[in-house]
Amino acid sequence: MNASSLEQFLSMGGYGLYVWGSFGMCTLVIALELALIAQRRRALAQTDEDAAPAPTPEAGA
Amino acid sequence: MQTDRINWFKYAAPQSFYPLAGAMLPWFSVAALLLLAVGLWLGLWVAPIDAQQGEAYRIIFVHVPASWMSMVVYTAMAFWAGVGLIFNSRLSSMLACALAPTGAWMTFLALWTGALWGKPTWGAWWVWDARLTSELVLLFLYIGYMALHAAIDDDRRADRSAALLALVGVVNVPIIYFSVKWWNTLHQGASVSVTKAPSMATPMLLGMLVMALACWMYCIAVALARLRVIILERERHAAWANGLGQAA
Repeated sequence: MNASSLEQFLSMGGYGLYVWGSFGMCTLVIALELALIAQRRRALAQTDEDAAPAPTPEAGA
Repeated sequence: MQTDRINWFKYAAPQSFYPLAGAMLPWFSVAALLLLAVGLWLGLWVAPIDAQQGEAYRIIFVHVPASWMSMVVYTAMAFWAGVGLIFNSRLSSMLACALAPTGAWMTFLALWTGALWGKPTWGAWWVWDARLTSELVLLFLYIGYMALHAAIDDDRRADRSAALLALVGVVNVPIIYFSVKWWNTLHQGASVSVTKAPSMATPMLLGMLVMALACWMYCIAVALARLRVIILERERHAAWANGLGQAA
């Protein structure tokens, strides 16, 4: 793929903002959702470590 | 005749389902990734440009899967919440809780990609059309379900109250689906349905279906991953779950 055809691909016939705005937001949401789950799991490991039957601080999600 | 039956009810116990979910997780994740790769290739390279909408139509490859899943996930969530309500089975209620955020994200994506598609084709980001409005109501139902559940300290009581909300809200799903038939909407009717031949070119249709399947696999994988965390959060008091949080 040379530079001009890449440019053409990215411009999406002038609809680049809309097309990539859609695909981009989907990528962002997936990354965010996975990160939130990982964070919730880490928070859980933290409370496990603290061992004591602590009041459950819910990782709000 | 002697047959070895698997006792499926065994898996209704969070303790038994936790490792099973862990075993299923990589399969759904890999399937999602592979289907996503094929779907993107079909949608962005193979599928030809649309005669009327130009390249803008390519939003269909994320918009339709997200919209379908927003309704499918809600139905699944309400179903499991209902099972939890009727049979008092903890795992069902936990599964409903695990599905809610994913469904809300899918609904958000359906609205977002819809806005980005509406602007170039209709000239407006948003219209108060029956399809769009009922989809927005779906987002509020998800948020309401999660907020209500989070507002009640006792998990079992939260399960029951939120389940009622989910079950009442399920009436909105057919409203979304049939809105384009029942009302005169700006939103177009279904291009794909079980009752008639699809009205789109084959590579476009194929790309959309593969992306939809990828979205299914993604939702299942993410719901399983979240379910595992919820099981540990709620079963922390039980000996078996203690310390598993660090292990994985």
